[in-house]
Formats: sequence, structure tokens, C-alpha cells
Amino acid sequence: MARATSRLTRKRMHEMYRAMLRIRRFEETADDFYMAGKVVGGVHVSIGQEACSAGVCAALREDDAVLTTHRGHGHSIAKGTRLPEMLAELMGKVTGLCRSKGGSMHIADVSKGHYGAHSIVGANMPMAAGIGLAYQLEGKGQVAVVFFGDGASNNGAFHEAMNLCAIWKLPVVFFCENNQYAVSVPAEYSTSVDDISVRSKGYDAPGLTVDGMDVAAVYEASQEAVAHARRGLGPSLIEAKTYRFFGHSRGDPHYGMYRTKEEWEGWKERDPLIVCEKMLKMTAKQKKAHAEAVEAEIKEAIEFAENSPEPEESVALEDIFA
Amino acid sequence: MREILYREAIIEAMDEEMARDDSVFLLGEDIAEFGGSYKTTVGLLEKYGAERVRNTPISEQGIIGSALGAALVGMRPVAELMYIDFSAVAMDQIVNQVAKVRYMFGGKANTSLVIRTQGGAGRSSAAQHAQSLEAWFVHVPGLKVVMPSSARDAKGLLKAAIRDDDPVFFIEHKLLYLERGAVPEEEEVIPIGVAEVKREGNDLTIVATSSMVGKSLVAAEELEKEGVNCEVIDPRTLFPLDVEAILASIRKTGRLLITHEAVQRCGWGAEIAALAAKKAFDYLDAPIERVCAKETPVPFSPKLESYVIPDKDDVIAGVRGMLETV
Repeated sequence: MARATSRLTRKRMHEMYRAMLRIRRFEETADDFYMAGKVVGGVHVSIGQEACSAGVCAALREDDAVLTTHRGHGHSIAKGTRLPEMLAELMGKVTGLCRSKGGSMHIADVSKGHYGAHSIVGANMPMAAGIGLAYQLEGKGQVAVVFFGDGASNNGAFHEAMNLCAIWKLPVVFFCENNQYAVSVPAEYSTSVDDISVRSKGYDAPGLTVDGMDVAAVYEASQEAVAHARRGLGPSLIEAKTYRFFGHSRGDPHYGMYRTKEEWEGWKERDPLIVCEKMLKMTAKQKKAHAEAVEAEIKEAIEFAENSPEPEESVALEDIFA
Repeated sequence: MREILYREAIIEAMDEEMARDDSVFLLGEDIAEFGGSYKTTVGLLEKYGAERVRNTPISEQGIIGSALGAALVGMRPVAELMYIDFSAVAMDQIVNQVAKVRYMFGGKANTSLVIRTQGGAGRSSAAQHAQSLEAWFVHVPGLKVVMPSSARDAKGLLKAAIRDDDPVFFIEHKLLYLERGAVPEEEEVIPIGVAEVKREGNDLTIVATSSMVGKSLVAAEELEKEGVNCEVIDPRTLFPLDVEAILASIRKTGRLLITHEAVQRCGWGAEIAALAAKKAFDYLDAPIERVCAKETPVPFSPKLESYVIPDKDDVIAGVRGMLETV
């Protein structure tokens, strides 16, 4: 498994730490609001997996594309999606990114190159191939990154999309967040290989497994894969070994059902925020500055979302067609 | 007016739209050197090159998903599914993605793509290559569904579909490809959502789709000899539907027969019957009749296939039955 060898600047590391903290605090807020009944529907938080979102998106240009999944808040935030409109969407407010018609599982912000959270497992990968195809035809050097989980790597759509991208040398990075479980089913049971990245060999594309709790390692692997795509050399597959500290969704305990307490505690020791703080030898003052800045953003988001109106019923009848 | 084949009309539509707009490109199985399984892309590779006339592997969800992805960033892909039966392999992309993303994203997604496919029986293609599945797609909000019955409609409607900013599911018929029809040389774009009265009449309204339009026109000619004057309406677009054209005809004739090649149960005709019963109840002088395929998978044997698929004699029998009930 690749770890950071890093020629990373401290500034870049601090930016990624800030992004991870922003995601962590947004997710905690979403979870609190869900428990309070303010956020409804399916909410799948990515606490524990923040290094994946922050590390990948730090390697992207603003005009690059991302596509994500039902567990997509982190990717959205790391790609630049604004928190107020995102929280408003989770709360079913008409000011939300999707005018209250998508919710947590369908966050999209095309103005930021975020082509949406698609909640049919695996379905976003053929779309990423199509975006890559359009980027190749346009020739502006843009890249599409598609996030998916260990479960989706067992889905036919993954294999169709990898093959399409490989035969056409499309600028697409397949980023698999292997958080060890597809809802409750362990990857070691459901998946024929220990390292999902080896599946790239079937498509003659580079594959790499990285420590998904180490934002620097994720960033470096992503930079390499993105550069490979921009040079017109085709797709790559990165697998990040990671862990969600929460259950699949609410109603699923952190441990005790299909994960042991020992396993959970072991991964918690490798909390990506703590790993990053240690790498940076972050001072209390620096931590405080990050925390205060993020708290201000969260406060702004909450104020905006809570003060936003619900949609008129007529909104349900709009946006079906152009 | 000159006459060309239905399949040639399809080629002309794509040729003209590709020449007009660089964002239009084609993808599908065997569409390049081979010119398509039903020869609907012949000559386009030579003219536009392999980037815009793109062979795909046998990856139906890959074809539809990548067409959608390209549309999301501003292209106008025309994806071909070789048989409508294969849409089942791509159904997640069609139903859950193509039809939904604009709505789920609050209107902020570009989903201008055409899915071209062909259906219908008549070539002993059996149960997995001869179905008429149009009702599946009409049932999904977010898709437009077009089903042309003539070369002229095929060309004009395909041009409209390619220019449309919404996903259009465009269903051709394998037996119509080799039918010849008048198509103007000059450009013609036929708007989506407009029916055409293919034959005027006063005694009975036949609403027919795809291959049943031609069969109904033949039936109407034979019935004319018996003194029965049928009007034949082709909606051309199943959704959005030109409801008023159908209602206007019923108000004139007082009788409605619906015919399509798909099986009757939960077929598209059921929707038309319900609409007519609700909106033209006072004008109906006889129960609404449906002439559809028997409720079986499509059999292989030519004899059995022609037994289950409706023909002009079934339409004639349906019409006579309605007149007897008065």
C-alpha cells in the first residue's frame, strides 16, 4: 500500500486539513439534524473517510468533474459545493442545490463540476466514461473522477465503464473508497481480491492501493492518476483503504452487529484528522484557527438553511423537462 | 416528391444533424464499418470519422450511461440500442439516470440525448428480438417517446429529437426499414408531440402506432368498399401525446379502436382508452376496442408469429365488431 512520501507543501496540507474538518463538521451537523428530525430521508455520512474526498479534490482543477454516490457529502464539499445550499437541500428547502427534489442522495452542483450523487450503486461510472469521452473530444485536458465503494466494484457497471475508458483512453480516474463493508457485507466476503486496485489489470490500466486515512497519500496517488489522464493515457483505478466511523446510515450502530468494537477502535486511532495533525505537528493555535473558521461556515449554513422556506407544491411539477 | 427507404430517412436525419452541429455524435454496437445491424448508419463513418460514429463493446449500460455523461457536459449523443429488447440490460441507466437527473438536480442538468432503437416482430426473431416494449418508457416521467410509422416521419422526428433538450426514446420498426415513402428533399423538422391524421373518415377512429398504421390504412381501404369510412390517426409521439387530435376525431366519429403491436395488457392503448373514456365519454357510441398482440412472448415459427401479431384482418374484424354492437 502506497503511503505519502511527500514533497507536499505545508500550505497544501493545511488546505486539505481544512477541507477534512469542514466535511467532518458538516457531517456531524447533518447527523445531529437528522436525529432532531430537521433532516429527513436517507443520510449516509462519510465521517472517517474525509481524507479520500479532500485528497482527491485537491489534485483537481476547478473545471474537472466529479461524480459521487449516496455517501457523497464529502466529495461535494471538497469539490467546492457551498454548505448553505447543501444543508438546505438536506432539509428539503427550496433554496437547496436541487430545489428540494434531490436530497442528501442526489446533491449536485454542476457550476463546480460536480455532476451529482447517483444512488444506484455503480451507475455513476458509465456516466463518468461519457464525461471523459466529451472531454477527450473537446481537448481541453479536463479529467473526470468517479467515486464509488467496494460494493460497487462488484457491479457490472464498474466493469463496463472501466473497459470503455480503457479502450478509448478516456481521462477518467476511478476512485474506490474501500470502507470494508457494503452496508453490512464485508468486502473480504463479497470481493474476489484482497486489493480492489488489482482489478485494473483486467483493463490494462494502472491500479494502486493507498492508505485512505492519510490525506497526503491519497493526494499524491490522485495527482499521479490525474496527470496520467490529462496526458491522454487513459483511466486509472485507485483504491483507498478506509473506514466509516458511523453505521451505513442511522439505525445501524457504529459496531456490534457486523463490525467488532476492537476493529472500530483500531480504525478510530487512525482518524484522518489526527493522522494529518500529527504529520503537520499542528499547534493548538493552528487547530483553533481551523476550528473557528469552519465553525463560522457551519453557522452560516445553519442560519441559511433554517431560515429558508419550504417549496411551493408547484415545484414538484417543474424540472421534469427542459 | 422523391421516395426513399425508411432506413435511408434515418441516415439522412443523422447526417444532416451531424453536419449542422458538432456536438452530435453516434455510439452503439456495429454502427461504424458495418453500418448498423439494420443498416441505419451506412456511410456516416466515412463522412464523420470514428470519433463521431463510435462503435461500442456489447455494454448496453455503458452505452446509455456514457451517452448521458456526454450530454451532462453539453454534447448531443445519439445512442443506438440494437434491439429494444436489449433496453432491459440498460434499464437502470434509462429509467433511474437518464429520466431522472434533470429533476433530481433541480433542473440544473443537461440531458439532451436520443436513444434510438427498433422493435417489432415479423422476421422470426423470436422472444428476445421482436418485442414491442414502448409502454415501459411512456410510463417513466422524464422521457419522451417517439414511434414513427413512415420514412417522412422517421426523418423529421429524428431531427427534432436530436435538437430536443430532453431525452428522447426513439423507437423504429424492423419491418418498416425497407418500406419506401415520400420524403421532401428540403429540410423538414417534424415537431414532437403532434399527431397526424393519416386518413380522414367519419364512421370510426383508428388510433394506430408504428407498423399498425400501414396495416390500418390497408384495412380502411378494404372497409371503404363495404361503405365504412375510417379515420386513421398516428400519434407519432406517444409522450408527449397530442390528446386533442385524438379527441377531435372521436367527437367526429363516435367510435374508437386502438391498435398496436405490443400485447394488450397494460399496453399504451389502455392509456388512450382511459383518456377517451374520461374526456370524450359523451361522444362514444360503442365500447372502445383494442386490437393488439396476443398475450404471449413472441414465438419463432412464422405461422405462430403471424398468429399472435395483429394484422389488417384483425383491424377489419375489430371494426366490424364495433359496428355490429350499435
